[in-house]
Amino acid sequence: MRRLSRLDIKYSPYLYIAPFFIVFGIFGLWPLIYTLIMSMYDWDLGSKLNEATFVGFDNFARFLGDDDFWNAVLNTVMMFLLSTVPQLLLALVLANALNKKIRARTFFRMGVLVPNITSVAAVSIVFTQLYSRDFGLINWILGLVGIGPIEWQAQAWTSWIAVATMVDWRWIGYNALIYLAAMQSIPKDVYESASIDGASQSRQFWTLTVPMLRPTIIFTVIISTIGGLQLYGEPLLFAGGGNPLLGGSDRQFQTVTMFLMEQFYMDFELGQAATVAWLLFLLILIFSVINFFFTSRLQNDRPAKRKKVASR
Amino acid sequence: MIRKNGCLRGAIMRVFTRRRAIAAVALAAATALGATACGSDPAPGTDEKITLNIDVFGNFGYEELYKQYEASHPNVKIVERGTGSQLDAHNQQLAQRMAANAGAGDIVAIEEGTLLQYLDKANLFVDLGEHGARDLAGNFMPWKYEAAVKGGKVIGLGTDVGGMAMCYRTDLFAKAGLPTDRKAVSALWPTWDAYIETGKTFKAKVPDAGFLDAVTNTYNTILMQKAGQGAGYTYFDKSDKSVIDTNPAVKDAWEISNKILDAGLSAKLAAWSNEWNAGFKQAKFATIACPAWMTGYITTQNGPEGSGKWDIASVPGGSGNWGGSWLAVPKTSKHQKEAAELIKFLTNPAGQAAAFKSKGNLPSSPQALKDPAVAAAVNEYFSKAPTGEIFAKGALELKPVYLGSKNQAVRTAVENALRTVEQGQKNSAAGWAAAVEDGKKAGS
Repeated sequence: MRRLSRLDIKYSPYLYIAPFFIVFGIFGLWPLIYTLIMSMYDWDLGSKLNEATFVGFDNFARFLGDDDFWNAVLNTVMMFLLSTVPQLLLALVLANALNKKIRARTFFRMGVLVPNITSVAAVSIVFTQLYSRDFGLINWILGLVGIGPIEWQAQAWTSWIAVATMVDWRWIGYNALIYLAAMQSIPKDVYESASIDGASQSRQFWTLTVPMLRPTIIFTVIISTIGGLQLYGEPLLFAGGGNPLLGGSDRQFQTVTMFLMEQFYMDFELGQAATVAWLLFLLILIFSVINFFFTSRLQNDRPAKRKKVASR
Repeated sequence: MIRKNGCLRGAIMRVFTRRRAIAAVALAAATALGATACGSDPAPGTDEKITLNIDVFGNFGYEELYKQYEASHPNVKIVERGTGSQLDAHNQQLAQRMAANAGAGDIVAIEEGTLLQYLDKANLFVDLGEHGARDLAGNFMPWKYEAAVKGGKVIGLGTDVGGMAMCYRTDLFAKAGLPTDRKAVSALWPTWDAYIETGKTFKAKVPDAGFLDAVTNTYNTILMQKAGQGAGYTYFDKSDKSVIDTNPAVKDAWEISNKILDAGLSAKLAAWSNEWNAGFKQAKFATIACPAWMTGYITTQNGPEGSGKWDIASVPGGSGNWGGSWLAVPKTSKHQKEAAELIKFLTNPAGQAAAFKSKGNLPSSPQALKDPAVAAAVNEYFSKAPTGEIFAKGALELKPVYLGSKNQAVRTAVENALRTVEQGQKNSAAGWAAAVEDGKKAGS
């Protein structure tokens, strides 16, 4: 009986966490491994894997030397930067505003999440109409001050900006709520003493709030990185017309995910599509690591200083 | 599967007859599984209810024919899928389904741009010759029938051909002070250069509308004309070697298209986009290259308010063929015999004449072209234009153009290169270099 309970203590924790690992193994790890296996074959849709020829890392070499792939990487990274940087900055400002004592606070706090629960397709279709060259609201407004009409899909920069705004519109509120939750866990007395010392509102925001949100900021940066580098729905629907997977007439806003789908849906090369999937995975990994070091270095010394002050 | 559930229910009922309460529960459970009546399999050839799925793009104009066929074949239900969809989307979906060996309809439409691609995979399709198609060869223009025959197997039967014309808006022409009568308009542009000159006159009077929708459709029209009048092929020669940079037809079509762009005639509405669709309703362009099947698109896109505002003139630069399809039965179909029968019905001269009447698709059958219902047809929507006379007259002289098995991918690449010039991202020379490079890459 005692031995049984000892066993219970020893092994039951593993049993409790097992469901996650089993599910992750089936739906996370195994597809990852199988995709890697696929990527090493010259495998067309319709044939079986055991009929395909093994090509090792030839597929990887092929894409690393393919201008169209690097073009897709460039587009993805630029759209990621154009969307994520303003997105997180605006979310911080918005969260700070929502953290103040304002009227109908709950209404506004819930309101900022509304864009996030609308579907990507709906958002993209509406925004694509807004950005329409001939009858779009944005060109109409620009026309009032004598600019344009801009053909947003035609140039790389304009299309990147248009797609970035769609992403931002959906995700600013979501990130703002995460920041808001973190801000509420910051003790009020820190602000009170800062006020007594005569620190202005904006100084309190930059020297107190932002450093103390560091773990949350790292979290949102990594989540936005993963999401941003997998950008697909918005540019796809923005492209419209025939062959939207190509992302414009000159591939000016084709993302890596669209490039992946081009291999799969237009060329039916399963092996090559799997290769792009793995390259995308590695790209996200690299970016997440860079972001992690960057964001943790950025504010690294400040919490330490604060601790010293507190201990004194 | 469903039928098995029904049998299961019967079995459960028999076991539990004495225990009614349990039987009721079991019945409820079996019903929840989606069970239907249990019956023995019907003998082949009897009135088993079947559904035939037919995968198309755009408008084939078969609605009335389906009703007729269902009335005379009460056991057949016809479901058309993909009505109004774009050709590119249809091609991709079809290629995917054929490659995966699952999901294709009992009948699929194959457009001329992808026909060769599927002739290379003839073993994926039912030989319609085994279902009596060989006796019907006389129903089609010889080249239309021969085009879908490979190694003695009849892979598909022809539907329409794409005789060319130029559709124009009489309201915009009147605004520009140009003639609106179709004979006078045809006389304005015997050649593409004359068409461009007319365009310049138009733009001088009506600067806020384009003379044409976008240059890509016009480019395709010119390419198919030049190819038909010249070597008889476009991006690939008849041994399937890429000749995109050496075929004068391609270069000529490119040059004329660029002259059109230089003259500022294009409304730059990328074909098949939302802007393009809206452009019809907002009268954003005055002319559009108009293979026979395009008249159906215009009618649908512009809707009732466009009725009587359009007319049809002859195309600059002489006759040509762009577009046209075949119907085929993939081997994955469970009702190959019935599907083949339906194809024979849809593609017979009467069927083709009905499709012409419905959506303007020009018959590939000489009998249908001579049918007074076609030859004397008048399209109300297009200001009562005698479409029968305009399209059917030249149809029998149409020459086939050889399109390589990778044609569709190359066409997409070249069209996109042309679009970059149209949108001002590249100049003509850089666009041509990209067209050759991307076209060769896509065709390799």
